Amino acid sequence: MRSPRRTGSPPGEPRRIAYLYLLPGFLVYAAFLLYPLLRSVQLSFYDWDGLTLGRWIGFANYREIVSDEGLRAAFGHALVLIVFFAVVPVCVGLVLASILNRAKVRGLPFFRTVVFLPQVVAMVVVAVAWRRVYAPDGSLNALLGALGLDSLQRGWLGDYALALPAVGFVGTWFETGLVTVLLLAGMSRISGDLYEAARLDGAGPVREFFAVTLPSVRGEIAVASTLTVIAALRTFDLVYVTTGGGPGTSTSVPSYEVYHRAFELGRVGSAAAVGVTLTVVILAISLLINWIGDREAAS
Amino acid sequence: MISRAEKSANYLILVVFAVFAITPILTVLQAAFGPSDAGGGGGFGNFADAWRIGHFGTYLRMSLAVSVSVVVVSVLLSILSGFAFGVMRFRGSGPLFYLFLLGIMMPSEAIVVPLYFDLRSLGLTDTFWAVALPQVAQSVAFGTFWMRAYFRSSSRALVEAARLDGASTRRLLWQILVPLARPAIVTMTVLVFMWTWNEFLIPLVMVTDENLRTAPLGLAFFQGQYTQGFTLLAAGAVIVATPVVVLYLFLQRHFIAGMLEGAVRE
Repeated sequence: MRSPRRTGSPPGEPRRIAYLYLLPGFLVYAAFLLYPLLRSVQLSFYDWDGLTLGRWIGFANYREIVSDEGLRAAFGHALVLIVFFAVVPVCVGLVLASILNRAKVRGLPFFRTVVFLPQVVAMVVVAVAWRRVYAPDGSLNALLGALGLDSLQRGWLGDYALALPAVGFVGTWFETGLVTVLLLAGMSRISGDLYEAARLDGAGPVREFFAVTLPSVRGEIAVASTLTVIAALRTFDLVYVTTGGGPGTSTSVPSYEVYHRAFELGRVGSAAAVGVTLTVVILAISLLINWIGDREAAS
Repeated sequence: MISRAEKSANYLILVVFAVFAITPILTVLQAAFGPSDAGGGGGFGNFADAWRIGHFGTYLRMSLAVSVSVVVVSVLLSILSGFAFGVMRFRGSGPLFYLFLLGIMMPSEAIVVPLYFDLRSLGLTDTFWAVALPQVAQSVAFGTFWMRAYFRSSSRALVEAARLDGASTRRLLWQILVPLARPAIVTMTVLVFMWTWNEFLIPLVMVTDENLRTAPLGLAFFQGQYTQGFTLLAAGAVIVATPVVVLYLFLQRHFIAGMLEGAVRE
């Protein structure tokens, strides 16, 4: 019989048979994720071209991430992408969702279907579409021409200064729908009484937003931030298909560097070090955002 | 309380945002169905041309084989491991679960480099297995997390009652819990299918044989090689996106709920 103090744990006696149920999944997981992860860490301490014998070089590959201009720039580009993939969508999503939440408009399910659609389309397809938008004879330049802004027309992805923001904007487009749908779901759970009380206190839409809406969706904001920041850091397909890291190295990002170094430059150890660093950064950021979310919720 | 003006403003925002979200996709659709710039007939003819020139038949077959295998194997393994974590008590369950959680957050970039070189020395690169198995591992990490959450929330009274009736562990899982878990399993199935279908880095690294390319990979190469115009590329893009989009239109509640609740992976 179970004792009362165990109520928090799953029911049933301690059972050895659990290991048997766990075993097949764990074997695949260990062989194709855990072991390669450890191997990645190991490789990151070597200078290896993938063919000849590797040479142990300690932390040199990691030092290079700090000292090498190209790699430092790649991580810097990732920060820029975070602004486009996470900061802008969360801000825009908050405004849109709170406006939509105030007035119960019809057609919301259809709207949700449409703005969520980019999430299910393969990133390669998204990249093909946006390459077309940004092409010299593409729809963005056509739009500018129609508005009489011919002077602004250019090959967006071939421009050293504008290629990175152009790629980032695809992220804004991609993530805003997800964030808005997520925040709308959170806001629909806020009790109407809270708004009623705020309105009786004479709060306008803006104060209502800061006093009621914003504090109530902190959890959703944390989830949205985690998702979008990780998506920004993992941008590979988009860069590979739209710019290939160029022009020059103006859109290279850590994920792209992993691929580029391991399979195009033959610098396997360095690629592994970038991959390990990226993983650590992703883990740290998700833990940090969740920690902030929890602490805020507790206060 | 809400004024008429505000209501109209809301509809305006809805429409503008929806148009913004859909325009790039419509651009592709329009080009794909429009007059051909490759000298063909245009319309559906574009798809036939893209299919023939871009070998999308081969790529779709490979994608379908990989996605279905990854879904079937990982759902099965996740049900087993999620059941162990969610319903049973055993030594080390906490740390072992955290080990699985690690896999949800770990990016493919962390594993793809050693995986390629290790599989190459085993002679396994350029095979179906090199594309499918790493994705089974990633999906099992997510699926274990997902099914554990479901089994934990499923009625404890039910499990206790089944135990008192003398149901074996196996019967408890397959005849009592799994039928009730159908919605959770459907959600996991569509998510894993979508992730596998859309995956790019793993097939890109693991495969050079053209016959083993998945659909997104085939599209990326088609874009690189076929530069005479946009129509056929657009048609190819539509072909690659359609299976998941159709699934989404029918099961969108599973997609949205799954990606928002269990959304730690992507």
